[in-house]
Amino acid sequence: MALTQHDIDKEIAAERDAYEQRVAGGAPVEHHPDRGYAPYRSSVLRHPKRPPVGIDVTKDPELVELSSPAWGERDITELDNDLTRQHRGEPVGERITVEGRLLDREGRPVRGQLVEIWQANSAGRYAHQREQHDAPLDPNFTGAGRTLTDDHGFYRFTTIQPGPYPWRNHTNAWRPAHIHFSVFGRSFTQRLVTQMYFPNDPLFPYDPILHAVTDQAARDRLVAAYDHNLSVPEFSLGYRWDIVLDGPSATWMEEGR
Amino acid sequence: MTDIATTDTHGAEAVLPTPSQTVGPFYGYALPIPDGGNIAPVGHPDTVTVHGHVYDGEGNPLPDALVELWGAAPDGSVPTATGSMRRDPASGGFVGRNGLEFTGWGRIQTDADGHWVARTLRPGARGGGAPYLAVCVFARGLLMHLFTRIYLPGDDAALAADPVLSQVEEGRRSTLVAEEQAPATYRFDIRLQGENETVFLEYQ
Repeated sequence: MALTQHDIDKEIAAERDAYEQRVAGGAPVEHHPDRGYAPYRSSVLRHPKRPPVGIDVTKDPELVELSSPAWGERDITELDNDLTRQHRGEPVGERITVEGRLLDREGRPVRGQLVEIWQANSAGRYAHQREQHDAPLDPNFTGAGRTLTDDHGFYRFTTIQPGPYPWRNHTNAWRPAHIHFSVFGRSFTQRLVTQMYFPNDPLFPYDPILHAVTDQAARDRLVAAYDHNLSVPEFSLGYRWDIVLDGPSATWMEEGR
Repeated sequence: MTDIATTDTHGAEAVLPTPSQTVGPFYGYALPIPDGGNIAPVGHPDTVTVHGHVYDGEGNPLPDALVELWGAAPDGSVPTATGSMRRDPASGGFVGRNGLEFTGWGRIQTDADGHWVARTLRPGARGGGAPYLAVCVFARGLLMHLFTRIYLPGDDAALAADPVLSQVEEGRRSTLVAEEQAPATYRFDIRLQGENETVFLEYQ
């Protein structure tokens, strides 16, 4: 029998209850998804069952993973952070400005690092050949951009509000609107790929990918805030979303950042 | 909602991390780059070819995985050159690497057979360990990336003395060591789950 939203809702609730019991029993808060989160069905065969081997980075400050690839001006063009100006015409949809800071766990800005984004167009369609659901492509919108964080750790994109879209996790599955982010830190250990959501999306309760983050406070950190000060008069609506990178880094001491 | 809350577990200044989410199925027009796997400068004598498949728990290859590599230069130094994804300001497209500088970083999307190939420079040793390439794997279905390492065979004493390999139970160490198939050509398969599951690493 086809898997229904009701089936997935029950699984999401069971995972949430189990997590709350773990925390009540003294287990640590889980900031990241469990890779084996089964309500997201694609995870079932794609997560390791053996525990990872822990590496205490303080024992070897020379680990190459404590450094990060370098990015510079030649890796970026001036228009790369404006997804509305990559084609001859204007894309369809509501223009938005997304801005935030890239920080480490100590709250320090992460400077000069690469932030890449990709997203669906305003109709919820990706410019990807394997995405063939019944929604129009926009010849004036590809939906991919990149930028480097500035001296205060800020990134900024101009783009179009992405639409929600259907997928085949279960019958009538819809993803809440989101922008994919890929971010580099000061060390390879801080690498992050994630998704930014928009406030008050009615699809939140139904989405097993968002709920793979079982901690409510952690989930809330995936949701941008509408920020009127970022809205550009007669042009775009502003959203603020700070990104905090997890994972150890050794170079902050020498760089004094 | 985006306000960064403080926590008392990591000191007053500590902030809570942004959770990971899957890379999903549709990153293919955004993240892959020309020359993503051609990390070695053209014609460099220390070039090694490293390749393999990414498999799921039933042994099926993943046609939608993304592999990132990061490694030291042959002298053990950390590469500092930019230019892994040089852009063309006229067309807005990629112009690829310049074939001269070594950035140490690469990104390869698996093909329809779940196969990836990289040509990079043989990494040199740093600190007290054997030389290796650091690996980060992303895929649809993978809610958070996975780290592992590719050690190259040849120096058994160095591998035996490596502090990370030594932490791994003996029967699983081979999942971290590439297989030499021809001079300077190595195979390294990544098994996300199941028999011979790759050893994945967590940095603390």
